[in-house]
Amino acid sequence: MTLAQGAEPGLGAFGTDPWWITLIKALVIFVFLMVCVLMMIMADRKVMGRMQQRHGPNRFGPLGLLQSLADGVKLSLKEDVIPRGVDRVVYIAAPMIAAVPAFIAFSVIPVGPEVTMFGVQTPLQLTDLPIAALVVLATAAIGVYGIVLGGWASQSPYALLGGLRASAQVISYEIAMGLSFVAVFMYSGTLTTSGIVEAQRPLWFAVILLPSFLIYLVTMIGETNRLPFDLAEGEGEIVGGFMTEYGSMKFTMFFLAEYVNMVTVAAVSVTFFLGGWLAPPPITSFWAGANEGYWPILWWLVKFLAVMFLFIWVRGSLPRIRYDQLMQLGWKILIPVQLVWITAVAVVRILLNEGAPIGAVAAVVAGFALVVVAAVYGFARSARRRRAAEAAERQEELRLMRDDPAYGGFPVPPQNAPHYGSSVPAEGPRSGARVPHDKREEVTGA
Amino acid sequence: MELYAPIFVLAAIGAAFVVVSMVVGSIAGPKRYNRAKLQAYECGIEPTPQPAGGGRFTIKYYLTAMLFIVFDIEIIFLYPWAVHFDELGVFGLIAMVLFLVNVSIAYAYEWRRGGLEWE
Repeated sequence: MTLAQGAEPGLGAFGTDPWWITLIKALVIFVFLMVCVLMMIMADRKVMGRMQQRHGPNRFGPLGLLQSLADGVKLSLKEDVIPRGVDRVVYIAAPMIAAVPAFIAFSVIPVGPEVTMFGVQTPLQLTDLPIAALVVLATAAIGVYGIVLGGWASQSPYALLGGLRASAQVISYEIAMGLSFVAVFMYSGTLTTSGIVEAQRPLWFAVILLPSFLIYLVTMIGETNRLPFDLAEGEGEIVGGFMTEYGSMKFTMFFLAEYVNMVTVAAVSVTFFLGGWLAPPPITSFWAGANEGYWPILWWLVKFLAVMFLFIWVRGSLPRIRYDQLMQLGWKILIPVQLVWITAVAVVRILLNEGAPIGAVAAVVAGFALVVVAAVYGFARSARRRRAAEAAERQEELRLMRDDPAYGGFPVPPQNAPHYGSSVPAEGPRSGARVPHDKREEVTGA
Repeated sequence: MELYAPIFVLAAIGAAFVVVSMVVGSIAGPKRYNRAKLQAYECGIEPTPQPAGGGRFTIKYYLTAMLFIVFDIEIIFLYPWAVHFDELGVFGLIAMVLFLVNVSIAYAYEWRRGGLEWE
């Protein structure tokens, strides 16, 4: 028994597996992740296709199911170009740094209760730690290094821009993501993932802490650089972003890391907010054994696939947002909302714990609601004012452009400009007193 | 340590897969030399000479990084408080709200000074 197990109750079931059970679980997780990535890429393309009134890949294998496998094989048969001038060590290490930590986070995700596996009593979870939630956040943060280093080592402006954007974006959304977990820990009282799932037995945290859940859904898409937040590899602006200079298997590793990260954040959302492997509430009322044995894997998978589908759905529905809008959403909306929400949850929970009269609790809730309404009103007002100012500016610009075709745009020599060898007399600057069009003296030059 | 060992097992499997597939990729592919192929891709124009080490980039990224550190430390303080929320009670709540207000002053300052504007 380690010190950690002594300090944290509820972890007695972990760390006692024989080595071969650990190996089996690790291999199963690895295979699950790989299959998930292959299927997710395929589903991504097929569902997107259906949303856009087309078929998507349907040639290779039954229903096109093996398409991404074929893509992987083809990528590995491509030439492994290392451009001249790159920082070779960093260039080669970057895909590994991106891909390897992506696998780690899944080791603390619980997919079921204790079961008997080959005669050994073991939980359906590779391991659990007193700081399991921090492992998830830490691995998500390390993955950024791969992106930044890959962009930096490529010695290409597009790659550098993509890497910088990705780093700024991911750290911005990581704060909102970290803050969205605070309310969860308040209710669970533990950082162990199995403990968090157990704490949701009466009611899922997605119901109690709906704002946290919604903000987590936004940040998880931002954190994995998926549309509508995929500014790091926005094809229309910076070619391929940080992976512009990568090809063959190195590109595949970045791609793999992105999809494994998606799997991980989806699994985290299921664990922290959607009750993990617990059966959805109506099922347990008529089937007591729904949370026993291997059945919880089914519930976990259903929830997990629902979140994964959300990724594709969002991608199919929303256009890519601008970079300033992305940063504004992260810093000016998600973070302040989270801070107010955490304070509100803490105050209300303290009042309930201290046995305050229900009227006081209601008053506090009403006070916070008032603050929120005022903030939304103020934000809408400032947005409206800014939009009006922009419209006025644009009107003014249009007016100037109508008067002077060369205004502010590409420096086209105005047709009335003075130049050598012309019989056209020079006109004074237009900015002074304007001469109305019809009063202007016609100069034909003939 | 028994708790952490499985993580290293999974990391080792992942690392082995990554290394093997990258080595296979570098062996399996063709090798045809082409001078233009080794240049940085810039939509076909002559690549811009890049200063070693990435050169300069806009200070916005540094500002974002600094504010990130402030908030990350805030989160680090928030987690233990959240986990032991029920034991810490009213004292913990008041202390944490004061701390949040303090951090928010820096946040409001950067907001008002335009540190969060991206144009």
